[in-house]
Amino acid sequence: MSLIDISGNLLFVAFIAYLVATLLFGGSIKQTNATGKNTGRWGQLAIVVTIIGFLSQLGYFITRWIYTGHAPVSNMFEFTTAFGMFIVGAFILIYFIYRLTALGLVALPVALLIISYAAMFPKEVSPLVPSLQSHWLTIHVITAALGQSILAISAVAGLIYLLKVVDLSKPSKQRFWLEAVMYCLVVVVGFVAVTSTFSAMDYESSYNYVDKEGTSRKIIYNLPPIFGMNEYEVVEEHGMSPLVEMPALINAKKLTTVVWSLLVGSILYLLIRLIARRRISAIFQPLVKRVNLQLLDEVGYRSVLIGFPVFSLGALIFAMIWAQIAWSRFWGWDPKEVWALITWLFYAAFLHLRLSKGWEGRKSAWLALIGFGIILFNLIAVNLILAGLHSYA
Amino acid sequence: MEKIICACGHSNPYGTKLCEKCGRPLTEEEKQNKVVDMRYDGMAIRSKTYNKSFVDKIWNFFSSVKVGISLIITTLIAASIGTLLPQEFYVKASDMEKGAYYADVYGTFGKIYYKLGLSDLYSSWWFQILVGMLAVSIIVASLDRGIPLYKSLKNQRVKRHESFMKRQRIVAEGQVTASAEETLDKVAQKMTEMRYSVRRDGSALLAEKGRFSRYGPYINHVGLIIFLSGVMLRLVPGFYVDESIWVREGETRAIAGMDGYFIENRDFVLETHDNTPQGEQVKQGVNVVAKNFQTDITLYKQPDDALPGDTENLEKVKDYSIRVNHPLKEDGFALYQMDYRLNELKQMNFELINKTTEKSLGEVEIDLTNPKKEYDLGNGSSVQILVYTPDFDGFENGEPQTKTSIPNNPAFLFKMTTPETPEGEVSFVEIMQPPLEPLGENKYRMKFAAAEMRDMSGITVRKDSTIPILFVGGVIFMIGVAIGSYWNHRRLWLQVEPDGRVLMAAHVNKNMFSMKKDLDAVTTFAALPSYNDQLEKDEAGEESTNGGNKEKEGDNTL
Repeated sequence: MSLIDISGNLLFVAFIAYLVATLLFGGSIKQTNATGKNTGRWGQLAIVVTIIGFLSQLGYFITRWIYTGHAPVSNMFEFTTAFGMFIVGAFILIYFIYRLTALGLVALPVALLIISYAAMFPKEVSPLVPSLQSHWLTIHVITAALGQSILAISAVAGLIYLLKVVDLSKPSKQRFWLEAVMYCLVVVVGFVAVTSTFSAMDYESSYNYVDKEGTSRKIIYNLPPIFGMNEYEVVEEHGMSPLVEMPALINAKKLTTVVWSLLVGSILYLLIRLIARRRISAIFQPLVKRVNLQLLDEVGYRSVLIGFPVFSLGALIFAMIWAQIAWSRFWGWDPKEVWALITWLFYAAFLHLRLSKGWEGRKSAWLALIGFGIILFNLIAVNLILAGLHSYA
Repeated sequence: MEKIICACGHSNPYGTKLCEKCGRPLTEEEKQNKVVDMRYDGMAIRSKTYNKSFVDKIWNFFSSVKVGISLIITTLIAASIGTLLPQEFYVKASDMEKGAYYADVYGTFGKIYYKLGLSDLYSSWWFQILVGMLAVSIIVASLDRGIPLYKSLKNQRVKRHESFMKRQRIVAEGQVTASAEETLDKVAQKMTEMRYSVRRDGSALLAEKGRFSRYGPYINHVGLIIFLSGVMLRLVPGFYVDESIWVREGETRAIAGMDGYFIENRDFVLETHDNTPQGEQVKQGVNVVAKNFQTDITLYKQPDDALPGDTENLEKVKDYSIRVNHPLKEDGFALYQMDYRLNELKQMNFELINKTTEKSLGEVEIDLTNPKKEYDLGNGSSVQILVYTPDFDGFENGEPQTKTSIPNNPAFLFKMTTPETPEGEVSFVEIMQPPLEPLGENKYRMKFAAAEMRDMSGITVRKDSTIPILFVGGVIFMIGVAIGSYWNHRRLWLQVEPDGRVLMAAHVNKNMFSMKKDLDAVTTFAALPSYNDQLEKDEAGEESTNGGNKEKEGDNTL
């Protein structure tokens, strides 16, 4: 078995371990005492399994690093997987400070979704383009991802906080948005489900089309086409034909993926609602009934405090140093740069609001969720939609 | 303004909330509060005290944290708008065509985006004013709060009034069985063990840890201001140079912006990974992945006493291979490998032949960047170049036109003179085209023999003398943020009366969780009465009533 196969297997083991640990954390919640601190054996077992999973994923990371010869953070699959790993790492760190088992119940599923999302991208090892051949790839990307994952834990704490405090018995804006967050999580599951199903079937349809500069190009769809590219012509088509043709400005292939994910996600969501006969928030609410709100708020705040300096260092300072070396200027208003700045400004506002306006508890929890939304936007939308120097994947 | 005389006799400046000496609340508001606002330890804050003159109003505007946060959010939203479409400097179109480019590619939205100046948002006056206001806000707010806070923390008294202590978040009251002295000793011992610095004054004790963390935010603000001033310094001439030059292989050129320096391009190297395309590469139709872009250069310098333009006596400075991520650094400048163009025509060779016999009378070698007027082939034959267009673009009024000065499509109007045709014959020759003979049928023609190609490197010349300032600003910012985030300021006040009555209070600017651990340790060790978190009940109460989002001033702070 070659190193790259070992690497893949380790990642698989980690994935399974996180899955098992999530269930164990769920089990431990019922044994949790009123302070929200874990004392039960389930909780201990859960954290042990989490650590095994983390070490296994660290093994994946190291073996892939040795095999490829560079830090495995150079494309969407590698970076997003590493991001998932760091979230688990940050969770373990925070767990050992606060011993709050309820965190695992949300942190691990979030990490699982992120790693599954990563697995939808090409996993092949590809050589580095000249601009990425630098030690700063390792330094900048890993520090930035670490910062983002620690910040993510504040969103995890925020989500649990809101699940507990938002009154689900009567309609309110908070109830609506909380459920919207849950729906988004289900849509990610939908994306993973539809992508992996068609990928298992080796689905491919190909078309020629004309891009916005007027050049003729070829494109391969891996999902049945709902939208067709600008002036498309069929090369090889299976299953269905595009229902609507899109103008050149819109990438109909990506739009197709988004719509498929929304479709499958919505069906899943409706099924869950029909079977459980209540909101997803309401399914989770009993599980977090006994968590200590003040402690959760503190965890949320503390993770922003720990993550913010790391993020500043990795995503701004190291980024600027590398940009000066590779692109001759430390700042160029590239979309990825701008969104890193936006993330930074947002968390700066978060800290100031908390300090001087007393935005604690609920408000702080909502801000933490929005912050994580911005981080994900920078990871997903900026790489895949907004064109720029960072669109490597 | 009048001073406020506290009940303890201390004279406080106007605007003070908590007596500087004993901590008694001085304002009605603070007297009403169950837990006092400890953000600046109750010191008089300029912006919260004066609001009369114009200067006061300006000062108060910029020192307001609310205004600061609004500025941050506005900057954030503005910055995000600039990422909707690519900014002008990433668009490959000339300045004239940019408006049309946005309209063509992005339609009406692109047209509006361009018209509103959003396509060059980050250098717009209003965006820069926004950042400037943010900077002013940082400076004013830091001075407004930082100085009083510093004074207050520096001049702390050990003994505080009961009304101060009872209004802290953490309060304990009760009796101890041990003697007062013994209890104080034990607390002092335990707190010292936990690395608090302990001061005592009679029956009172103050244990304090991590005071410097209160200065973290001010330090990081100083770092940000240094950084922003560094960025502004780039506007000063001489601090910032940004030029780019094209250098052909074999060519030696003066370096734009770097006076007295010359660069020779010895060789341009393009290497590709020899892997079979896979995954994303196949999808994007990319067949090869570049592995290395490199220009081997020699850097020369004019001697100090040389005349400008004298390129005869250049002194060699060094040989270097400029690669991506490995710029050449010299004399505060850096040269970057930024672009390349492969296989530009360098030289073309033609043979002068007799059309019927195909017999050659000799060959001319034309250097396309510097062609000669006339080439003598000996044996009485010669070739004259009447017109040379490096980038032929058709005729206008019978004259051949050139699009650029780069030899992309060279064309020549030759005059061929041979012993047989002493008056000379004229022929217009263009690549891959039959020659035109404007003055009638010729006996001779120029036959293409060979061409030599060469590569060209695009080099960016950059000098940025503000980098050290930016670096210092960045380092100070990081130190400040780390101090403010990873440490916290913990204080414990304790008073033990001779009759064993104990009053204890504690304050922490953040991370109450760890403070409580310390409190638990010292309470157990010195058998103190158990403490009470005065905010905990409130929080629980608020959440149980559900949705009660009343505005609450934060206590943890700066």
